[in-house]
Amino acid sequence: MSDETDKQNGAEARARPQRPQPEPPGYFEGESMTRRRAFTVAVQGLGGVAGAAIVLPAVGFAVAPIFHRGKERWEAVGPVGDFVEDTYRQVVFTETEGIGDAGKTTAYVRKGSKLFDEDPKSFIAVSNRCVHLGCPVRFVEAAGNFICPCHGGVYDFQGKRIGGPPVRPLDQFQTRIRNGQVELGPRYSVTSQLEPVRARDPGEFTGGIWEYLYPPRPSTFPPPSG
Amino acid sequence: MKLDSLIPAPLRKPAKPGEGNGAKGPAPADLKSAPPERPSDTKRLTDRAVEAPVDVLAWVDQRTAASGFLTGMLYRKVPKGTNWFYTLGSATLIAFVAQAITGVFLAMFYTPSTTQAYASISHINNEVFLGALVHGMHKWGSSVMVILVFLHMGRTFFFGAYKYPRELNWVIGVVLLILTMTMAFTGYLLPFDQRSFWASVVGININGTGPVVGPYLSDFLRAGPELGATTLSRFYAIHMLLVPGAIIALIGAHLYLVVKLGTTAPPWVHAEKPKGATPVAQLDAGAEGNGATPAS
Repeated sequence: MSDETDKQNGAEARARPQRPQPEPPGYFEGESMTRRRAFTVAVQGLGGVAGAAIVLPAVGFAVAPIFHRGKERWEAVGPVGDFVEDTYRQVVFTETEGIGDAGKTTAYVRKGSKLFDEDPKSFIAVSNRCVHLGCPVRFVEAAGNFICPCHGGVYDFQGKRIGGPPVRPLDQFQTRIRNGQVELGPRYSVTSQLEPVRARDPGEFTGGIWEYLYPPRPSTFPPPSG
Repeated sequence: MKLDSLIPAPLRKPAKPGEGNGAKGPAPADLKSAPPERPSDTKRLTDRAVEAPVDVLAWVDQRTAASGFLTGMLYRKVPKGTNWFYTLGSATLIAFVAQAITGVFLAMFYTPSTTQAYASISHINNEVFLGALVHGMHKWGSSVMVILVFLHMGRTFFFGAYKYPRELNWVIGVVLLILTMTMAFTGYLLPFDQRSFWASVVGININGTGPVVGPYLSDFLRAGPELGATTLSRFYAIHMLLVPGAIIALIGAHLYLVVKLGTTAPPWVHAEKPKGATPVAQLDAGAEGNGATPAS
């Protein structure tokens, strides 16, 4: 076939009358979408559903602990007579089960004192976890203060901050008396006025607007009323 | 030349302009009057044996066309003034590879359980053959990697190598920095001794001081309100599954962009002036340079 015929054939093809073109191009009459486009959307949608079916449960599995509150746990730490109102007694009990010694925590326990307008039949259990960054504080008998070894946080006899970087008073544990024994329960935090609020992590302020900036977590227990 | 014959032709370094022998080689000798001597069988076998690795490479190359990519990557141009500071990125990569290799072998002996983690680390350090060395490489290597990452970042910053068109590579590098810090943080808890336990407590609490989302992030990291058994396995999974995968993928993207965009010259090396160019100062004064009329 010569070049000449080629050119002529091409001219004929161009000259042939065109089929009526749908408007918009590629669509049949009355269609809002071409077949190809419909299949593309359908397959991509199916892929999205399949992907979500794998990813969503995995994410939920990883995030679920945020919304899970463990069982309330109470542990006896000694007979009522062991505790006095003018000094603390150090007790060790299990706060997190299943990890051996690492799950234990220390609390300083005393009787309620009229000096601070407390019920003399109640017991106060102060956590030794520094509210700066979580180091263990110790009660220094001679000074009547709690002192943190890490960054120099100092708390008074009631656990209120009197020096250093901590942001609020020391946390406390709920207390109750069963069978003549003092029992310690869930942790709660306090505001600078020692009003109980839900437990916060160290470094987080409590009270006022801070209750919204550091919202209470679903994994913590409600504070004791009153 | 001897070494060149061992490299498949497509992988050989391309000749510089004017140095190659062109498309045609030397004229062939007159084969009729002086036919070449047939080599001995031993020689032909030896020749075949020598060429075997070349054949294997050629076989792979024919099916993957990898040689074009490799020559482009290995023989790419680097600017004048490239110096030892430009090796910090490769050094970081080597540090990461060392961490990956030692980490894989540590994982064969380590138990991510709160009651057995410390014992398994002692076992590695005291009883496993060369265990203390491999553990030490991983432990000290992590610090080396963090230091190298920062040196590499400093080099990029002070040489201005983060500027257009390399901004995206800087961003990827920053994500890699964060991932490296995540590795260092999660790895610290794994021995589960007093130091790592309390360091993780403090680290998680610092993280919790972020307003609004901080407390929830802390709960996510601990898998609960207190640091417990699930925290350790969570950190272990993040440390050896989640983050390494992300790091490897991002290193791939990082290197791709380095090869694609090329490296920068140090700030003290300037482009050479074309011959006969008129200095800018004279152009401003109204002089004509290269036949072009300066903008009035």
